[in-house]
Amino acid sequence: MLDIKNVRKTFNKGTINEKKALNGINLHLNEGDFVTVIGGNGAGKSTMLNMIAGVYPIDSGKIEIAGVNISREPEYKRAKYIGRVFQDPMMGTAAGMEIQENLALALRRGERRGLGWGIKSDEKEGYRESLKRLGLGLEDRMTSKVGLLSGGQRQALTLLMATLKKPKLLLLDEHTAALDPKTAAKVLALTEELVAESNLTTLMVTHNMKDAIAIGNRLIMMNDGRIIYDVAGEEKKKLTVDDLLRKFAEASGEEFANDRMMLAK
Amino acid sequence: MSNLLTSLLGATGQGILWGIMALGVYITYKLLDIADLTVDGSFALGGCTCATLILMGVNPVLATIIAVGAGLLAGFVTGVLHTVFDIPAILAGILTQISLWSINLRIQGGRSNVPLLNTETIISKFVGRSGNTVVATASPFIQKLGLTQSQASLIVGIVIVVILVAVMYWFFGTEIGSALRATGNNEAMIRALGVNTNRTKLLALMLSNGLVALSGAFVAQMQKYADIGMGQGAIVIALAAIIIGEVLMKRFINFGAKLASAAIGAVIYFIIRAIVLYLGLNANDMKLISAIIVALALSIPTVSQKLAIKNAYTEGDEDNA
Repeated sequence: MLDIKNVRKTFNKGTINEKKALNGINLHLNEGDFVTVIGGNGAGKSTMLNMIAGVYPIDSGKIEIAGVNISREPEYKRAKYIGRVFQDPMMGTAAGMEIQENLALALRRGERRGLGWGIKSDEKEGYRESLKRLGLGLEDRMTSKVGLLSGGQRQALTLLMATLKKPKLLLLDEHTAALDPKTAAKVLALTEELVAESNLTTLMVTHNMKDAIAIGNRLIMMNDGRIIYDVAGEEKKKLTVDDLLRKFAEASGEEFANDRMMLAK
Repeated sequence: MSNLLTSLLGATGQGILWGIMALGVYITYKLLDIADLTVDGSFALGGCTCATLILMGVNPVLATIIAVGAGLLAGFVTGVLHTVFDIPAILAGILTQISLWSINLRIQGGRSNVPLLNTETIISKFVGRSGNTVVATASPFIQKLGLTQSQASLIVGIVIVVILVAVMYWFFGTEIGSALRATGNNEAMIRALGVNTNRTKLLALMLSNGLVALSGAFVAQMQKYADIGMGQGAIVIALAAIIIGEVLMKRFINFGAKLASAAIGAVIYFIIRAIVLYLGLNANDMKLISAIIVALALSIPTVSQKLAIKNAYTEGDEDNA
């Protein structure tokens, strides 16, 4: 489904702030793969997701989704294939617009927008059904402005929006990191439910190693712009957090000195 | 007193035609969250283009339509500077605005002022009376109606504004219109949903300046002249109109009502202006007064919020712990 071949990216090339963000990434995802991505700060996790989504152009290499080379397509064109949820709950929704308007925008992801109504009356029943399963009571507030919702509610809504029109690839960039533990667990459960239901191919960046082990069928670890560990299936299920920490030390030749990851134990 | 009434009527007609401009500025300022300063130039552009064409013998309706086209083009230039060359919106607008001063002068053949005294305009078509004298050239029906210039301006203005509000209400409910509103709301999000935000911004700037030029064209026809300086400070008047409308129509959340309130805000602005002038204030001070009104309106929400925060603190409560 997703094919990344030797993708490289250096920020601020030729200046004192030069930063090699991606050092030749190779990754192949089969249809229905749910891959969790871990690694320290600056390992290139978010950069990798942003490169796939087209936020920045890549320096070299190739990115293919479902056999289509999207390496040089602009972000808005890649949106046809990709659903995204960001770390910041404010980023995935339009605060000044109604809940149902946000959903209507998401339903048209990657499609040609014309002069038909932005939200058709026969769509609304579907939105109500989708909102109901969030269990947040949003189905009765469809004409409320999204800005009135809490961060958790907005993130749940963003997740719904990202999957409303089935994407070929779902990118989740630490999408529960800004939420309180209870809300985070809820959003994570919803993520698993939505992904399983439509058999979505998913890349999920997380700082929580327990989640990374428990969720999905495959796990990759990144360090210094490279994928340093890639594990799937039974082997992944048997992993422990200690295993991961050891793996990290082995592969990178240094201790895992990231507070957030240590705390996430 | 009748003097005041006459000037109030004139102000209402003037206000409603400036209301068209407020609708245009609403698109960039409220929906796109951009302060587009092109409008000072495109307002005069609309007036100058329309007046010059009418004087050349072009049908006033066609002249007005061409003026709108000129406005769209001005918005396009600002849009390209902003989206293709990444020049900040304010600066891009100023560049177009400044260049339009020279362009407007060229359009008017080097004259800074083009009078439309005895020429037929969209508004004069409906004028059947001037003071107490019947306009001899008007058709019998129009003579019978007996509208004065300011009454005709008012009626034409109301018809145009009602049509525009209806069309804008429809447009901003469409898929493209929704994408445009979303661009102003959360650019990263709508791009992730497949919208080319450069294109929506360009479109918004064009539509906005097209409307502003339409307003300029009508104002020129109402006041019977176009002047290259007629757009100076227009942005402030439009902002004042939008803010006045917002304050007065706070309770309305319907989008159509919000648009209408911007146009009504323009009417109120010109009524206030007429009263202030009637009370003997110098017309030249009006720009200062407009600026103060806008500055106050923009700062009041912040000041009241800060006061509320300050007052929310209870002293001595630490002893109750």
